[in-house]
Amino acid sequence: MSTATIDVHEAPAGSHVNYLNARYGVKSWLLTTDHKRIALLYLVSITLMFFVGGTFAVLMRLHLIEPQGALVQPETYNKLFTMHGVIMVFFFLVPSIPATLGNFLVPMMIGARDLAFPRLNLLSWYIYVIGAIFTLYAVISGGVDTGWTFYTPYSSSFAHTQVIPTAIGVFITGFSSILTGLNFVVTIHKMRAPGLTWFRLPLFIWAIYATSIIFILGTPVIAITLFLLGLERLLHIGIFDPAIGGDPILFQHLFWFYSHPAVYIMILPGMGVMSELVTCFSRKRIFGYSFVAFSSLSIAIISFLVWGHHMFVTGQSIYAGLIFSVLSFMVAIPSAVKVFNWTATLYKGSISYDAPMLYALGFIGLFTMGGLTGLFLASLATDVHLNGTYFIVAHFHYIMVGGAVMAYLGGIHFWWPKITGRLYPDGWARFAALVIFVGFNLTFFPQFMLGYLGMPRRYAVYPSEFQVLNVMSSAGASILGIGYLIPLIYLTWSMRYGPAAGPNPWGAKGLEWTTPSPPPTENFEEIPVVTEEAYDYANTTVTRG
Amino acid sequence: MTVHTAHPPGFAHQFEDMEQQREAGSLGMWVFLLTEIMFFGGLFASYIIYRALYLPAFEIGSHLLEVKFGALNTAVLILSSLTMALAIHSAQVGKRRAQVGFLIATMILGAAFLAIKFTFEWHHDYVEHLVPGFGFIIRPEWGAAGQHVPMFFCFYFFMTGLHAMHMIIGIGLLTVLTVMAHRGRFTPEYYAPLEVSGLYWHFVDIIWIFLFPLLYLIGGRYIGGGH
Repeated sequence: MSTATIDVHEAPAGSHVNYLNARYGVKSWLLTTDHKRIALLYLVSITLMFFVGGTFAVLMRLHLIEPQGALVQPETYNKLFTMHGVIMVFFFLVPSIPATLGNFLVPMMIGARDLAFPRLNLLSWYIYVIGAIFTLYAVISGGVDTGWTFYTPYSSSFAHTQVIPTAIGVFITGFSSILTGLNFVVTIHKMRAPGLTWFRLPLFIWAIYATSIIFILGTPVIAITLFLLGLERLLHIGIFDPAIGGDPILFQHLFWFYSHPAVYIMILPGMGVMSELVTCFSRKRIFGYSFVAFSSLSIAIISFLVWGHHMFVTGQSIYAGLIFSVLSFMVAIPSAVKVFNWTATLYKGSISYDAPMLYALGFIGLFTMGGLTGLFLASLATDVHLNGTYFIVAHFHYIMVGGAVMAYLGGIHFWWPKITGRLYPDGWARFAALVIFVGFNLTFFPQFMLGYLGMPRRYAVYPSEFQVLNVMSSAGASILGIGYLIPLIYLTWSMRYGPAAGPNPWGAKGLEWTTPSPPPTENFEEIPVVTEEAYDYANTTVTRG
Repeated sequence: MTVHTAHPPGFAHQFEDMEQQREAGSLGMWVFLLTEIMFFGGLFASYIIYRALYLPAFEIGSHLLEVKFGALNTAVLILSSLTMALAIHSAQVGKRRAQVGFLIATMILGAAFLAIKFTFEWHHDYVEHLVPGFGFIIRPEWGAAGQHVPMFFCFYFFMTGLHAMHMIIGIGLLTVLTVMAHRGRFTPEYYAPLEVSGLYWHFVDIIWIFLFPLLYLIGGRYIGGGH
């Protein structure tokens, strides 16, 4: 980063030795063990994957402008939605908040110099990159068309596309998640600053901790499942092949045992970000700290018991279906606790509408809609009607994009001054938040209606009476795409030309804001001693600066 | 910046003191083993499900395995766990030569396990046409259950293969540790890498302790004359 830029604030970025200017050169980045630099490595790589996956989505929406399909052959369409799903789920959403914001913030929020295993942390990034290369190779060499769920026996015996490289990519990337989760769990257990008890931790840390538990317990199961799938496809032997008595449904059980908890891998860290944003921009302590903290853990635990709700119509016994339905309803309780507590935090708060807060408010609305429509799908009877339709697509995009991506962008905007030492143009940021909100709703709300009317997902063509809603959705997607490009431009711009940020531009509580922006390599001059609760906005005045 | 005067050997900068570092390393390995349990767990669960579905076929398959080699390997592995524990003990009391000796003994026992597995068992199965995907022949005397016997052998090779892969990684770890021990890197104050790798080694042994009865023993082999 340049130190020659004219700085408007009194504490110019780059005037002190920090993690960005301590060392220069490609090698100092590729061999770094600094958690903050690794966070930036992840930020760059997942942003790349986000735009690759996003391109597929845009192509799909363009194709669906016309009932007979406007752009590609049906075979290509199958590949588009598969690769969109694989890349967005495994290479963007799962690592998004944990690997970037989590990596950057976990040591800073708990008052540590680094994660417990810095070299392992760097290894995680390399593993991620190797996995991404395999998957991108699959994309370039012809793509894959199984759907992101890789259901057998289609994926193991019948698909003629690049299933193996894709599965290897996802398999490898899984270990990156496992090692990141392991690093977080050990760091949070063993490296908290003196006085920072569990119930003084920022709620972001609780959320990351819960996410890490899912990483550790869930990811190995999908790893072994994809391993078996690969063997079956390569050697034509295996345990899912009906020809020798294997059960393809077993694949679905094993797959969803990970992939349902993986949904919470994607949303829990976003909920953690939310608790930070809502408290800071309403200048209040969180309402019901311990409820919010434990709701993260209970979501993580219950998430392992609900996978069967993906299989209500795939031949699972009706009694199993009943139990999975009830358990799925139970996840709604801790999720609702969080939404109510954020809302109660806003009540009588002194709210300011900075860009991160706009994302946070968007999250509350969109996540609530995504969550409530989840209950339609957790009910056995309505699920029979809605399963496999656009209703499902809309539901999980409200959680994954309306929830997770909104929280991710809110978090990036919130901590950007800390990460780069620069401020971004606030007007543009608020504008982009608005564009994204509008574009998102226009894209996905019509899909709820399409699904309810019976339009199945994953089809390249549709009856012409669905065209109006499809065109609305496609129009929304183009607005949404532009909405995502705007932050890419002004955030990149701000890294060089943005005015220098002070140590605490939002006047936020939390140890990360007590350091200069950007922080020095070892984060803290001296390991801090914590004497107060989290979000103690009432008793201390923090000024912006 | 906190200045640490006189770094103890092996001390990493991100920790406050040696005790914190040791605890973190140990917790890290336990968490990793949790992951490993889930990794094997998927296979174990599938095995048990199919065993319940196709019991006669799984019994036929189990009877085709050589219990004596499985039992011998169990003994070899338990012995290797003992030598591993003794290597750690030697580090705790500061005996360098004993440390190196026990580590090498552990490696030899690990290698012996693999040798028995590959030459006497897997090779034998191959000759007998019992390897799915490599010329498996369903024998007429198995009757109706025969078509599901390959399923048993799929599990047998997946599970023991995955276990063997962990053994090979373990032997790699032990090689590094032996060199470190030979150079006197471990002292009664600092032997965490040894301890943590020991946890891994014992874990791999325990996996075998579960695999042996699941694959070789249960299935009525010794009840009422078996088959």
